[in-house]
Amino acid sequence: MLTVRMHFFQRLSALVMAPLVLVHLATMIYAIQSGLDASEILARTQGSLFWGMFYGLFVIAVAVHAAIGLRVVVYEWLKVACAGLEVFTISVGILVLGYGGRAVVAVVF
Amino acid sequence: MTDSTAENGPHLEVRVWRGDDSAGKYVHYQAPLREYQTILDVVTWIQRNAAPTLSYRFACRVGMCGSCAMMVNGKPRWTCRTQVNKVAKGNRLTLAPLRNLPVIKDLVSDMSEFFDKWQEAQGRFQPSATREDAVASVAPQSAQRRAADAGIECINCAVCYAACDLVTANSKYLGPAALNRAWTLVNDVRDSGQSARLRAVSGSGGCHNCHAQQGCVTYCPNELNPTASIAGLKRATLKAAMRGEL
Ligand code: SF4
Ligand code: SF4
Ligand code: FES
Repeated sequence: MLTVRMHFFQRLSALVMAPLVLVHLATMIYAIQSGLDASEILARTQGSLFWGMFYGLFVIAVAVHAAIGLRVVVYEWLKVACAGLEVFTISVGILVLGYGGRAVVAVVF
Repeated sequence: MTDSTAENGPHLEVRVWRGDDSAGKYVHYQAPLREYQTILDVVTWIQRNAAPTLSYRFACRVGMCGSCAMMVNGKPRWTCRTQVNKVAKGNRLTLAPLRNLPVIKDLVSDMSEFFDKWQEAQGRFQPSATREDAVASVAPQSAQRRAADAGIECINCAVCYAACDLVTANSKYLGPAALNRAWTLVNDVRDSGQSARLRAVSGSGGCHNCHAQQGCVTYCPNELNPTASIAGLKRATLKAAMRGEL
C-alpha cells in the first residue's frame, strides 16, 4: 500500500543506492586483489570521513528502501494493514538503521 | 459428468463453471469442433444444445462492447474474438468467469466494482468550457493528444483487471483499466478536473502500487499498454506533489 510520498522515497533511495553499490563492489574487488585482511581494511577506513559518509548514506538509503519494499510484501501477502502496517514499516526502517549504523561506526571509528 | 454428446465428427471437450461464488463446479460438455469457431460460438452452442440454463454475457460479437470476457484455460480473453484453434490445447477448453470479480452465475461475473473504480479514479470527462465557447482545437500531433490516443481504445472488457495479480492481492487497487482511463483524461487539455483526478489516483489503491510487471499489457485484447499509462500517472502525480498541488 503505497502513496505518492512513499513512492518518491522508494525511487530516491534506489537512485542513491545504485552508484553506491557499484562503488562498493568495485572497491572490494580492487582492494582484495592483493589479499587484504580485516585489520588492513580497518586501517584504511578508520577515521575516514569519506567512507563514513559513504556507508552512512548507504545505510540510510537501504533502511528507507527495505522498509517500503517489505511494507508492500507484508500488506499484499500477509494482509497486514492500518496501524500494524505503519508499525511494521517504521520498525524495519529503525532496525536496518540501527544495525547498519552500528556497522558503520565499527568500521569508521 | 457428460451432459451432452456433440454431433458426430471431431469435437471439443469443454469444462464450464456452473454455479456462483458460494457453490459450484465444473461441468463437462462436448461440443462440435468447427473451423474458425470462437470461444463464444462454443459457449452459445452449449447453451442452445446442451445446457439451456447456462448464463453468459455478450452483445456485439465483434470485439466492440467488452461484455464477453471470460477465463479460457486459465487466461482472460475476449471470447468473441478468440478462435478456439489458437487457445485449445488438445481440443480441451476450461471456461470460467473473469478472475478478480464476484460471480453472479456461471460465466457471468459482477462488473460493479470494476466500473465503480473507474469512477473512483475520476475516469470521466470534466468539461472546462460551455456550449457558448468555441470548440477547443487540439493538435493531433501534440504530445498530450498522442499520449491520450495511445490509451483511448479501451472497451472496458476487464480482461486486464482479471490479469492483474495486484488486484488479487490488494482489493483497493483501482486496476489497470481505470488508471489507463485516468491517464487519457490527464492528457485531455479540455478537462478541468485534473487536481481531483491526480489526488484520486494517489490514494492507498492508487497508481503507485502498480508492480509494472505488465500482466495487463500481455492480455489486453486491444493491445493497449496500461502499465505505460500508470507510469505516466506516477510521473504526473510526483510532479504535482513536488509543486505542492496534491
Ligand atoms: S503492470 Fe500494474 S496494472 Fe498491470 S497487471 Fe501489473 S500491477 Fe496490474
Ligand atoms: S485496457 Fe484493454 S484489457 Fe483493460 S479493459 Fe481496456 S480494452 Fe480491456
Ligand atoms: S461480444 Fe462484444 S466484445 Fe465480445
